[in-house]
Amino acid sequence: MNDMLRQIEPLIPALRRYARTLLRDRAGADDLVQDCLERAVNHWSQRRDDDPRAWIFTILHNLAITRLRSSASRPRHIAIDDAQEETFARAPSQEDGLRYRELLEAVARLPEDQKSVLLLATVEGLSYAETAGVLGVPIGTVMSRLSRARERLLKERDGDRGAQPVAQLRRVK
Amino acid sequence: MSGRPITEEDLHGFVDGVLAPDRIVEVQAYLDTHPDAAQRIAGYAGQRSMLRAALAPIAEEPLPPNLDLARMIAQRSRPRPISRRALAAAAVVLLALGIAGGWTLRGPILAPQEGIAAVAQEAADNYAVYAPDKQRPVELRAADRAELVAWTAQRLGRPVAVPDLAASGYRFMGGRIVSTAHGPAALFMYDNDRGTRLVMLARVMQGADQNASMTPHGSGSINGFAWADNGLGYSVVGPAAPDALHPIANDVRRQLSRNI
Repeated sequence: MNDMLRQIEPLIPALRRYARTLLRDRAGADDLVQDCLERAVNHWSQRRDDDPRAWIFTILHNLAITRLRSSASRPRHIAIDDAQEETFARAPSQEDGLRYRELLEAVARLPEDQKSVLLLATVEGLSYAETAGVLGVPIGTVMSRLSRARERLLKERDGDRGAQPVAQLRRVK
Repeated sequence: MSGRPITEEDLHGFVDGVLAPDRIVEVQAYLDTHPDAAQRIAGYAGQRSMLRAALAPIAEEPLPPNLDLARMIAQRSRPRPISRRALAAAAVVLLALGIAGGWTLRGPILAPQEGIAAVAQEAADNYAVYAPDKQRPVELRAADRAELVAWTAQRLGRPVAVPDLAASGYRFMGGRIVSTAHGPAALFMYDNDRGTRLVMLARVMQGADQNASMTPHGSGSINGFAWADNGLGYSVVGPAAPDALHPIANDVRRQLSRNI
């Protein structure tokens, strides 16, 4: 169990980040990570790979999906503005804070399957193959979801710019 | 230059920094001559670093007390402390039970299980022994399927087909002959992409339950479904919820009944 402590403990901050970004609920996400760690402790001897990172993200992801599905049927009402302050840490500057917030809102609007891929592959630094393993899908599916997520975020960003007053003044022939 | 065409996957790999050094050079050369792609990739890269920066503070927060892994591990390996009084009370109850039970039963205490209840127990026992095995979960691998089927037929005196569970996401790993209180049994093992293993145990029924409808068994995380058809008893066991396991067991039964 000492090797478990050594290998899993450094991953806990990343697990919290992934859970919180998926659930958008700080306390709920930490409960989920606790649940995940307890399962990991109970099943440590049954893991297969030498790299425990993909293994523990798989446990967490499955718990998160179960939680999201069950809360979708009985939604919890969190006002987004209240939740944001609590859920995401403050950015270093106000301008950054605004940009971060816009981006996180756009990420939150992504379909759940695209969001998972984007977070695992770009934020948590899992390889595409590991991401495919965590989600239980072929690697081609990971690539197409990643592609769609990135395209959509770019479009939203450009769409926001297009909506600015300057653009509306452009004359149409 | 390898001359291999640049793929969409290369472009994402470039953004995520997972390409081999010489491929990076090739992608860079491509982007230098394709400004549209270069602009898109710059957009992705900007998004990526902004998203990482926006979410980095969460990983820097101090951990809350309920995520103390060292304590979780300690709690698991050490039984919870029990008060002296509770211990004394338990001793009294156990003593009373022992006396009463010993007097009442006076005969064989554990009635040996029969029928598919026994098959269920044997499958669960063999699952517990072989499924967690890292060295040698199966004696004959999937590649030696023909040999395994022949071995099974010889030891059981009846052929048992290998069900195909690909539709449920499980691959056939292989199998072995195992011993049970009711003679030899075939144990086939499957796993999925997440490393979850299932077993199917089959053996000849002796006496009761030559045919029996499907019955769930198991407790907690390991579950199973047992049944018997034409004198062969089966059980499918795995660490899945009964809801998830039931359709797999039905599929196995359907395939096996087709082969009889």
